[in-house]
Amino acid sequence: MLVRAGVLVASLVVSSVVVFGFLAALPGDPARIALGVNATDESVAQLREEFGLDRPFSTQYVDWVGGMISGDPGRSYVSKALIGPQLTDKIQVTLWLVGAATLIAVVIALPAGTLMAVRHGRASGLLLAGFSQLGVAIPAFLAGILLITLFAVQLRWLPSGGWTPPIEDPVMFARQLTLPALSLGLVQGAVLTRYVRSAVIDVLREDYLRTARAKGLTPGRALWRHGLRNAMVPVVTVLGLQLATLLIGAVVVERVFVLPGIGNLLLDAVANRDLLLVQAVVMVLVVAVLVVNFVVDLLYAVLDPRLRHG
Amino acid sequence: MADHPTESAKIRPTLAASPATVGSWRLGPGAGRRLNPSLVAGGLLVVLVIVVALVSFVWTPHSPTRVDTGSRLLGFSAEHWFGTDKFGRDLVSQIMVGARTTVFVGLIAVSVAAVFGVPLGILAAMGPRWLGQLVMRSSDLVLAFPALLLAIMFGAVYGASTLTAMSAIGIATIPSFARLTRAGALQVLSREYVLAARVAGRRRLAIAVRHVLPNISGLVIVQVSVSFAIAVLAEAALSFLGLGTPLTTPSWGRMLQESQELLFVAPRLAVVPGVAIAIAVLGFNLLGDGLRDRYDPKLEQAT
Repeated sequence: MLVRAGVLVASLVVSSVVVFGFLAALPGDPARIALGVNATDESVAQLREEFGLDRPFSTQYVDWVGGMISGDPGRSYVSKALIGPQLTDKIQVTLWLVGAATLIAVVIALPAGTLMAVRHGRASGLLLAGFSQLGVAIPAFLAGILLITLFAVQLRWLPSGGWTPPIEDPVMFARQLTLPALSLGLVQGAVLTRYVRSAVIDVLREDYLRTARAKGLTPGRALWRHGLRNAMVPVVTVLGLQLATLLIGAVVVERVFVLPGIGNLLLDAVANRDLLLVQAVVMVLVVAVLVVNFVVDLLYAVLDPRLRHG
Repeated sequence: MADHPTESAKIRPTLAASPATVGSWRLGPGAGRRLNPSLVAGGLLVVLVIVVALVSFVWTPHSPTRVDTGSRLLGFSAEHWFGTDKFGRDLVSQIMVGARTTVFVGLIAVSVAAVFGVPLGILAAMGPRWLGQLVMRSSDLVLAFPALLLAIMFGAVYGASTLTAMSAIGIATIPSFARLTRAGALQVLSREYVLAARVAGRRRLAIAVRHVLPNISGLVIVQVSVSFAIAVLAEAALSFLGLGTPLTTPSWGRMLQESQELLFVAPRLAVVPGVAIAIAVLGFNLLGDGLRDRYDPKLEQAT
């Protein structure tokens, strides 16, 4: 456990150096890049001083990491707005999106995968293989565009984009979140179903399930009491890995549905060449990916005590 | 360390050839000779995409970039099979030239990944222990930067271009090749014939070239096919975001981006490139699955 936590901390440190170094050591001066080619030397020098860009890299790095940890990564080069509040604001939107998508994926995959495992035959296997192939072949942003053409353009059931905070208008919030969450969640659900099915099939072949049946449990109860928990071990792993995929997928999906989340923030920052903002958002995403992987490792040990001392 | 439970699980879901399954592989070419449905269907789709891309060099029904204000937003017709876009550009021709971009970007990205990943994997398996650890830890680190995120970072620093998109996708894919190669190489290295070669005094490099490489070629080919699918997806997403190919080069992702403002007028503009992307990705994934089944009959029965 301690070793894994150590690995996490080391990965965080190294990736922060990578993110900072990569964007700081770029060809050219971030101040000039932010101000554009027509900037005068004086205004560039002023911006450099204002943001401390004339200090050594190491000092800038320590400052930056300190800022990220304390939740205040400074001000954007371009808009001069504080980055911290922007991040916390936009992360909420992204979290709603990713959370809803994960929920949809799990709600689809657990029952569908288990059912198809219990009655597994060639037909259900083929059907599922087909669906999950489609799920992989259709990226979330494409699914989003296709869902818009169907539900917003043709049927006019749901809005094609936009964002309303849940406190202001819960109904509008749900209506606007449905299509983006579906476009991320359906795709992941199709893939996840396949893993659930094969995990449950594996469990059904185990001796302990036969023992449970032998002591008189019905097939359903045996699976519920003894099988599912074991089947969940590989499923949780896949789900964790998918969470990282979902987070990155959300960046693009937010663009499709005009959601003011962290993805749109990042893309706008790239378009404006606002490097400090890019650094902050990229770092948040990388930290999220690393922490999710760490949590999956932990869950793994909780779900399967055999792995606890591995 | 290699037996750490999460080590094998850290492969993305689409890459079913995790090191854990390597044990059941019949490694090497010519292990199985049967055709299976995935292989045939995937092969046909991939050939279709490549043929369309090649044909676009010599023939397209219309110029893919010629702006013709007289024939804007036409529907399906004999003249323009899939109609035209808001500039009057022919959709079929754009799809054909877009296939070229897709294949090109995929080819370069996957080549970068394989050319760096495979030797790194072999080094990690055959070199000193610290080197193996270094390679594996570094690939863990790169895995924390998904292709899309890496490409966005590259775009922020070097500006959006085909080159930045390709290198980002390529670099992000190196770890999968390195891990897979290392796992496969470790398997091969435990075989008697390698021991025999060592006893006979063969050098490490000779063993790598004569024994390891040929025996893991099947694994690598499957990975190439699967990575190609990932590269196609990433390229489409990047072009959609305006971080991929420049405006003058037709690409499926950018066709999707341009279709967005016209979704209520002409959904066809989104559906056509969307189907093209799905066909290409489906093709490479099926081909990868089919090749996998072909090299490993045991796995096929399990699914």
